[in-house]
Amino acid sequence: MKDRLMDFDEALERYEPVLGFEVHVELGTRTKMFSAAPNPAHPDHHDAAPNTLIDPLSLGLPGSLPVVNEEAVRYSISLGLALGCEIAESSRFARKNYYYPDVPKNYQISQYDEPIAFEGEVEIELADGRRFQIPIERAHMEEDAGKLTHVGGATGRIQGAEYSLVDYNRAGVPLVEIVTKPIVGAERDAPELAKAYVAAIRDIVLSLGISEARMERGNLRCDANVSLRPRGQERFGTRTETKNVNSMRSVERAVRYEIQRQAAILAAGGTIVQETRHWHEDTGRTSAGRPKSDADDYRYFPEPDLLPVQPDRALVEELRAALPEQPVARKRRLKAEWGFTDLEFQDVVNADLLATVEATVAAGAAPGSARKWWTGEIARLANDRGVEASSLVSPEHVAELQRLVDGGALTDRLARQALEGVIAGEGSPTEVVAARGLQVVSDESALVAAVDEALAAQPDVLQKIRDGKVQAAGAVIGAVMKAMRGQADAARVREIVLERASQA
Amino acid sequence: MTDLTRIDGAELAGLLASGEVSSVEATQAHLDRIAAVDGEIHAFLHVNAGALDEARRIDERRAAGEQLHELAGAPVAIKDVLCTIGMPSTSGSRILEGWVPPYDATPVARLKAAGLVALGKTNMDEFAMGSSTEHSAYGPTRNPWDRERIPGGSGGGSAAAVAAFEAPFALGSDTGGSIRQPAAVTGSVGVKPTYGGVSRYGAIALASSLDQVGPVSRTVLDSALIHDVIGGHDPHDSTSLQREWPSFAAAAREGAAAGSLQGLKVGVIRELDSEGIAPDVHARFQEAVRLIEGAGGEVVEVSVPSIEYAVAAYYLILPAEASSNLARFDSVRFGLRVERPGQTVEDVMAASREAGFGAEVKRRIILGTYALSAGYYDAYYGSAQQVRTLIQRDFDAAFAQVDLLVSPAAPTTAFRFGEKVGDPLAMYANDITTIPANLAGIPGMALPMGLGDDGLPVGLQLLAPLFEDARLYRAGATIEALLAEQWGGILAHQAPQLTEVAR
Repeated sequence: MKDRLMDFDEALERYEPVLGFEVHVELGTRTKMFSAAPNPAHPDHHDAAPNTLIDPLSLGLPGSLPVVNEEAVRYSISLGLALGCEIAESSRFARKNYYYPDVPKNYQISQYDEPIAFEGEVEIELADGRRFQIPIERAHMEEDAGKLTHVGGATGRIQGAEYSLVDYNRAGVPLVEIVTKPIVGAERDAPELAKAYVAAIRDIVLSLGISEARMERGNLRCDANVSLRPRGQERFGTRTETKNVNSMRSVERAVRYEIQRQAAILAAGGTIVQETRHWHEDTGRTSAGRPKSDADDYRYFPEPDLLPVQPDRALVEELRAALPEQPVARKRRLKAEWGFTDLEFQDVVNADLLATVEATVAAGAAPGSARKWWTGEIARLANDRGVEASSLVSPEHVAELQRLVDGGALTDRLARQALEGVIAGEGSPTEVVAARGLQVVSDESALVAAVDEALAAQPDVLQKIRDGKVQAAGAVIGAVMKAMRGQADAARVREIVLERASQA
Repeated sequence: MTDLTRIDGAELAGLLASGEVSSVEATQAHLDRIAAVDGEIHAFLHVNAGALDEARRIDERRAAGEQLHELAGAPVAIKDVLCTIGMPSTSGSRILEGWVPPYDATPVARLKAAGLVALGKTNMDEFAMGSSTEHSAYGPTRNPWDRERIPGGSGGGSAAAVAAFEAPFALGSDTGGSIRQPAAVTGSVGVKPTYGGVSRYGAIALASSLDQVGPVSRTVLDSALIHDVIGGHDPHDSTSLQREWPSFAAAAREGAAAGSLQGLKVGVIRELDSEGIAPDVHARFQEAVRLIEGAGGEVVEVSVPSIEYAVAAYYLILPAEASSNLARFDSVRFGLRVERPGQTVEDVMAASREAGFGAEVKRRIILGTYALSAGYYDAYYGSAQQVRTLIQRDFDAAFAQVDLLVSPAAPTTAFRFGEKVGDPLAMYANDITTIPANLAGIPGMALPMGLGDDGLPVGLQLLAPLFEDARLYRAGATIEALLAEQWGGILAHQAPQLTEVAR
């Protein structure tokens, strides 16, 4: 069934969107949240065969007991601090009881009324530089469920499936769930804000090094809550929670879609059903999942198998002191320091080259030159080879290359040849230049002789130039550059060509 | 030749250590005894087919001159609540019939490491819910003193096994008295350690905040010897205490040698010495108190007023935790599965649980689910936890006055089969003497203090402050020694001889 949608602008005119996000971050610890089973979210364990990263607890075997992973607690505290949260003096695990075959104990160990981190704020920045403060309610620790694969249906979903397979590798992967407070005031920026928020969480998580944060792998998962309220109404409208949104672009699209869908229903006099909705990447639509109400009864109670988590305050302060610069602040600082335009800076960010350019600048290159190298020639070569640009060449070598250009020892073209040599493993730029004999020919008389020779060889071109068709000089320049094996400054050659043509 | 099944565990261990008796001989003697009497007693759900092989390996190691643990080669019975590699571990439930765990519970692993030989798995009320073993899915265990009577529960199998001389040592688990009450009604000794004193890893959970694994035997020293092996911190159990424990066997030996309770202040719990306690149990208890006084102990009466609410609080906390702990028995990964083609996973889960759980288990799951439900949580689970805090405070106050508390270990001697099984409340009320220690986390011991009017054993309960388990062993061994002097030996030997079927 296809939903009716209201035009986005009209929807915004009539209703105010209120957003809320629950972002799950899989922590890349060595072992699982409550057991010594290897963690599939750790880089060493990617692509493990189903049900190979398990132990008695991962299967919920009788008699098995959970033990808190201290590394996961440290990661969670760091994340809480980076979100500007308070770290609880004492926090407790609780059991969330519900039956589902991917939940091995038929309860999930989570945190309920005593989360490890609470009351924070995350600054995000939209593409045009406007900033929002996103209020964080809490960040709590919990364990992931296993993974179900429904077999036999046309859609791969549970409806129509003949049977389902369960992989318990993921059961027990450490998660931090970050819950925002209701976000008001986003208005027509709501979809972009949603994307920017998830990007900000991803950047924070990456800067802390606590997760690979790859949405396509499920390291980072976002549930987007959207509700609308008519202009002038104080009370929040009924919300929906859209799940299965696994790219930042999808978050943006899903929020936009829900705004348009809910507006159409409300405008037609209908009511929004409080429910989970599933995002479909292929169709760009959401569909109704199970009804969800505040009356869902998970029969939470304090987990009797675990003691409260009471982090040593010295540890908290140690982790606070070790926090890296906030990604948003860092970007703002670098953009100002480098003097890039929005577009230039965005190019660098989108190519994930911020740290690389920063290192190149630190190695002595001018920011503009560093940017041009990385987003230009190196990006092109990386793309051809299907690898990351930053893996091709070191920032130090790029800075050295630029130094040779700036000093006049290399033309841009020669520098590109030198780069190829560096990538080919022939040594540093200086070494490649020496080995390949890449020197700019700066002997004027040699250039003049070469130009004269080329003009003599192409009298028709000479005539054209004399007739004022200056662009014809290209053919002569090409011939001269060829004779000089490319090691001449093309601009100077052009000057000489025009000079000699007019004299002869 | 000595009947190796009739002697105490400590004595048997001495014979093993000196090489006078081999582990194969000791194990074979007990296997023979099991074969001869267990048809009638039904203490065992499973007999370890590998027991003799394990015994032989111990003998070989000893012959090779290896320095072994003082209990190496001695046989032990394991309550079926504990996971054992290579032996089914069913917790007395149909839903786990035939399930063989891939790992040993920590107490079992520690016994194995010390070289003890597991004889098999003992019967119990299903998931340890009950006081009579009548709720075992595999049929009840009979009390060796009177086969028409219950052996107590949930650990009736372990208590009956030691009382019937089928094993010198056994492991039990005590959530609300499942070690102490069976010990009391079978004339045995049983100890519930301080909560956290023994690892719960691999013990199939009933109520996680109450469960505690402990020893069952015929003498105080034998329980102490086992406690020394199984106790101590285990990184696999977050609630296991990180502390150094004294040797409980040393405490028991000191107590037995002392012959006096001089300097010990003993409190009689007023609330457990009144209505609800059978007259003959009360009479034996008075005698025990006089014996304590006669041995130099100073006896005073103390009050633990909130005990009045203990049973009610316990029967909210236990079902609440149990309803969650038992959720994993859903047939998806292990255990009984009842399915028909075309059913959904929910259908199969429901049908399997319907078929696999007994009535008492279902009753408590329903109770617990209700007690945890939104809107009822504060009134039930919340208030029960408050009662628990009050009981802990009351015990703190009591132990500020005395070193040890005493009470009858059970309100009556062993009741008859069927007497209470149809009346859950009467069955629950029977736990009043033992439940408070679980709610408070404190250690408790049951040991024989004589026979009731019906000629059946009556148990004395000793309670000590948190972490003071050694005090139980010291005082318990003194009392046991003084009683043995009166009786000319431990009570267990007064049990009627069981007819041995032809081997």
